[in-house]
Amino acid sequence: MAITTSTRSVLDVAGASPRIDSARTLDADAAAAGGRVASGAGRRKRRRPSAWHLFLIPVSLLFLIPFLQMFLASVSPEKELVSFPPPFIPSHLDFGGYAGLFAESNVLTWLLNTVIVSTVGIASHLVLCSLAGYGFARLKFRGRQLGIFMILGTIMIPTQLLMIPTYILFSQLGLVNTLGAAIVPWLSSAFGIFLMRQFFLSLPAELEESGMLDGANRWQVFTRIILPLAKPALATLAIFTLLGSWNDLIWPLIAINDPHAFTLQLGLQNFQGTRRTQWSLLMAGNVVATLPLIVFFLFAQKQFVQTMTLSGLKG
Amino acid sequence: MSAVTAGARRASTSGGRTPPRRIPPSRPAQRPGARLRRWKNDLGGWAFVAPASLLVLGLSIFPAGWALLLSTQKWDGFSEPVAVGGKNFAKLATDDKFWDAVVHTGIYTALFVPASVLAGLFLAVALNRRIRFIGVYRTAIFVPFVASAAATGILSTYLFNPEFGLVNNVLRTIGLPAQGWLEDRNQAMVVIAIMALWGSAAFTTVIYLAALQDVPMELLEAARLDGANRWQAFWRVVWPQLAPVTVFTTIWQTIQAIQLFDLVLTTTKGGPLDSTQTIVYYLWHEAFVELNFGYGSAVAWVLFGITLIITVGVVLYGRRSGQEAF
Repeated sequence: MAITTSTRSVLDVAGASPRIDSARTLDADAAAAGGRVASGAGRRKRRRPSAWHLFLIPVSLLFLIPFLQMFLASVSPEKELVSFPPPFIPSHLDFGGYAGLFAESNVLTWLLNTVIVSTVGIASHLVLCSLAGYGFARLKFRGRQLGIFMILGTIMIPTQLLMIPTYILFSQLGLVNTLGAAIVPWLSSAFGIFLMRQFFLSLPAELEESGMLDGANRWQVFTRIILPLAKPALATLAIFTLLGSWNDLIWPLIAINDPHAFTLQLGLQNFQGTRRTQWSLLMAGNVVATLPLIVFFLFAQKQFVQTMTLSGLKG
Repeated sequence: MSAVTAGARRASTSGGRTPPRRIPPSRPAQRPGARLRRWKNDLGGWAFVAPASLLVLGLSIFPAGWALLLSTQKWDGFSEPVAVGGKNFAKLATDDKFWDAVVHTGIYTALFVPASVLAGLFLAVALNRRIRFIGVYRTAIFVPFVASAAATGILSTYLFNPEFGLVNNVLRTIGLPAQGWLEDRNQAMVVIAIMALWGSAAFTTVIYLAALQDVPMELLEAARLDGANRWQAFWRVVWPQLAPVTVFTTIWQTIQAIQLFDLVLTTTKGGPLDSTQTIVYYLWHEAFVELNFGYGSAVAWVLFGITLIITVGVVLYGRRSGQEAF
């Protein structure tokens, strides 16, 4: 798990202002052209296509080819993948890879486990981090500064330092080899608390005051007035938790040995060890593990980019 | 999960800026029940923050302290732990395998960090314009960010497979000799860096893209009016404006790079001939394969130390040269 914020203020981004805005560009040509149009008596000239396409098309293809290879290999006949040279595009669609994957592995169990881990993690993050973020941002109570300070301090600590004692702790709690071991680390995070705290700090205090004047208590103000405004920050938090918990590998690898409690990533890694050369099966597994996130990404690209900017969550 | 956050720092400074504490003057005026109310108020506050805070602190500060204790012990997890003082660290200093892992991690860092920062810069410049299909290009470049290390690893073993892989196929087609890639001890780390770059270029790109859009247009127009060509305008005007972002992405990617593990596990498992054995891979192997919890914890603390030194070093350097990234 990793946490960053870019150099910009968190409030800015969590406020869901569209940061990556194609309308504001540094392209001097476009600016010049715009100026010309403005001064040129409204004469609209069709601009010739930008030369940047010549750079962007190959680069985009380069980034897409690994995914294309993955999808195509997953629907290729196994024989073609190890022929020499293997065709990039299969001669015909063959779902043997998927059939083999579902028959020879517990991929559906793994998928279900990962869905459980991510769902519980997201739900818990949304509830606990918005509560704590609000408390640290708006409520005045003794020990608040100390709490903020200590949680901040934990942000610098790398996961690798925590793995060994956490493993020992979890084994004493009887969590090791259960799905619980994969879930507990994703229940809350310092990043989540801070993201929400920064967001709540950015809201004007008058909102709450007017609510209090109307006779609502703190809890009602929080649930009825504040939370509905926090949707952009909550979306960022949900995606952060989704990406982190869905793709986590090292921690399930350490804490879970029982194939029934495998997460998708762990199961896939394990499956790879036993099926080194059955490429269509492995690629089918890859598709099952990656496609849900790709689909999410395509539907909520803006929110994903937002999350990416705030949390350098990868690996 | 290490992290360096701008927001966090901002929060900490604002946290430190508490208004001068109002000491209630001898409080004779306090009505009965005021103390009770105060306690209720504190309790109410903690009710909001306690669940998340206890989870975070319980799963970080407590284990971190425990790891320090473990690093002074010899323990396999079953028998009684034996206190060995600083022996784990002394052994580490002369452990060739560990130093090899440090060197391999260094090589990877040297490959990955400049590549990812530069890729981010160039891609951001290319994507920061209003042309047709720009949304498609952005999607194509950003989407690999969601691919997991396991999927990326398995994919790379096929793409870079010496016999059937696409990469060697392309090389053969254009008349170049096929390479061993992940099976070649001199190339394995390069392949891992390339695939890591594929999955994370989106991050540096997004950061630079946001920063580019904050560069005042007036600066650029002024430079163009003064006769600078586009190349000069970029390097003399835009690039200096991006300096804090460059410091930030460099530190961030460095921290990520020295923690490399997942991709190694899913591609080479440290091979061939240990050439991709990294610090964290060594840590994992010592702790969870060899069951040397004490020795593994010592490695973990050294890793933490390296992370801190690099972060503080770069930040101080940045401060001295007048760029504040954090």
